[in-house]
Amino acid sequence: MTDPMPPFILFMAGALLVPFVTGKWKSFFLLMIPVLGLINLIRMQEGAYWMVSFLDWRLVFGRVDRLSLLFGYIFHIISFIAILYALHVKDDIQHVAGLTYAGSALGAIFSGDLFSFFVFWEMLTVSSIFLIWARRTEASLASGFRYLLVHAAGGLCLLAGIVLHVNQTGSISFDYLGLNGPGSYLIFLGFGLNCAWPILHPWLTDAYPEATITGTIFLSAFTTKVAVYALARAFPGTEALIWIGAVMTAFPIFYAVIENDLRRVLAYSLINQVGFMVCGIGIGTALAINGAVCHAFNDILFKALLFMSMGAVMYRTGKINGTDLGGLYRTMPLTCIFCMVGAASISAFPLFSGFVSKSMVMDAAAAGHMRIIWFMLLFASAGVFHHAGIKIPYFAFFSHDSGMRPREAPAHMLLAMGIAAFLSIFIGVYPAFLYSLLPYPVEYVPYTAPHVLGQTQLLFFSALAFTLLLLSGIYPAEMRCINLDADWFYRKGARLFYRIMARTLNPINEACERVFVNGFVRHMAHISKDLIARLALIIMVTFWMATGLRGERLRMKKENLYADVMAGTYPVGIGAGAATGFLALVYLLMY
Amino acid sequence: MQDKIESDQYSRSSIQDPGSKRYLFDNPRNVKILLGCFYVSLLILLIIEFFVHKHPHFAWEAWPEFYAVYGFVACVVLVVAAKYILRPLVKRREGYYD
Repeated sequence: MTDPMPPFILFMAGALLVPFVTGKWKSFFLLMIPVLGLINLIRMQEGAYWMVSFLDWRLVFGRVDRLSLLFGYIFHIISFIAILYALHVKDDIQHVAGLTYAGSALGAIFSGDLFSFFVFWEMLTVSSIFLIWARRTEASLASGFRYLLVHAAGGLCLLAGIVLHVNQTGSISFDYLGLNGPGSYLIFLGFGLNCAWPILHPWLTDAYPEATITGTIFLSAFTTKVAVYALARAFPGTEALIWIGAVMTAFPIFYAVIENDLRRVLAYSLINQVGFMVCGIGIGTALAINGAVCHAFNDILFKALLFMSMGAVMYRTGKINGTDLGGLYRTMPLTCIFCMVGAASISAFPLFSGFVSKSMVMDAAAAGHMRIIWFMLLFASAGVFHHAGIKIPYFAFFSHDSGMRPREAPAHMLLAMGIAAFLSIFIGVYPAFLYSLLPYPVEYVPYTAPHVLGQTQLLFFSALAFTLLLLSGIYPAEMRCINLDADWFYRKGARLFYRIMARTLNPINEACERVFVNGFVRHMAHISKDLIARLALIIMVTFWMATGLRGERLRMKKENLYADVMAGTYPVGIGAGAATGFLALVYLLMY
Repeated sequence: MQDKIESDQYSRSSIQDPGSKRYLFDNPRNVKILLGCFYVSLLILLIIEFFVHKHPHFAWEAWPEFYAVYGFVACVVLVVAAKYILRPLVKRREGYYD
């Protein structure tokens, strides 16, 4: 067998070949890419590989350690699931974009230096945008442009930070940075934008629900998790992250309760789950970091599972708003069950994957005696069950009967959901498998009697609150509406900026047009012709008078001459003669 | 082109007559049974707690039924705040940005 190759190469090369593979082999070809990639990855040993000299720098394309390997495994698994889910798609752009996107994510997490990391980071944005635009609706086009602009700004922020950092330290290695100096703050902020920190987050809730059904599965897995990886690599134990993460877990759930588009509800809950990871990275103990990356691993699976189940509903019904759906358990029972497995996992029910990872972050917060943080995380745990655990399956599959009787999801979609559901339960039942892959040795025991009981009580009584609020009619009805978010500032702000610019610059432009183009230039043109005409008249009239011309004939000659000079229709010879005379005059004056 | 892509994205199937078949929760009795089971399990969860030895990080974790009360209160606060505070603040008509 050959030596292992950089993980991103298989995906990138595969993406380039997609348009050339047609017919029945296409599905096989697409599925083999992550399979071969995973085999390639498993054969890798820890260390640094594929170092390339570039100018005076040394680029490292393969920094392989336990942290990057864990993300590498899950990125391969989710690529396989997402590709399987998307097999029906005939649009090659989406396959190419999906594979390039996955390849960029792999490239980024295995980069050992900031330069190559930055390049892959930007490729994430560029490739993912086609998964949004491929929906080919006006809304997705507009949302994609906003996504692009926001990420371009974040990327520039990161680039500026990297330049400052390299200038300051003289090193491009991508390791622990910590917050020291302006460069590191800019890098921190650049990571934060992709991580969907509060106020920087609206690109996510804006764009993900506008992407294609299959594209959202890719999107939900990579961008935010690469940012989580980057934070875990460069800023573990940074105290600001604890608070940022805690706010991330708490605020989106309020939005999720009143949001109508069910994929947007999931986008908000994505931010909520990433909050747990960010918080864990901020706490920075071995338990917390383990919890954060373990939760990232699980979240990729169950979030994709939830997005896939909603995608299947959308695929079959063409609808995704809570107001339009309901009662689909009748004819889509398997999708419904898979959705509920995802819901149980994200809510951290015992025996499901969320339980074994989220509690690590909670316990790390408790071990650090962070009371307020712990309460916020517990609130978010109850809240996530409320909106992602109950609301999503309830409004799509139960609730009032929408009257729709769509067919069950296609087989490949069911299989993709089935694999994700199986893994979510497998990790929940047998956490030792995932624990053995974590960066630090794990002594954590999730299944203790008080923990299981406490978590079950929390969830069941959250469910009771939902039931009672729903039966009493207090639960907010789903409404067709837009809920303002921080993107208001740039969506309305950009319009305001445009209007201000239009109001100030356009009048200046018009004034310039009036004064210079229409006024000054025309005037000068007129003067320069008129002056010559008058000069010619003076000379010619003197000449004509001398030759005895008078009265009507003189007036006619004058008029003709003036018109000829103004229109420039006098014979060429006169112009040439005048020029020669002028040159002769200059010559005479010079000597 | 547009039509081709649309059909690629959605595969809507024909809608049956909703009244043609009765499903699990079409029968109100089944809903009642489900709710009954749910309430009973809540009760069991409350009772079990007195037989479990706790080793809390924080003092309040040892309070009886702490998690149950917190879960219930948290969700009521969440929904009430979202409905009566957040929604009036941020709700706009569809097409607000257009």
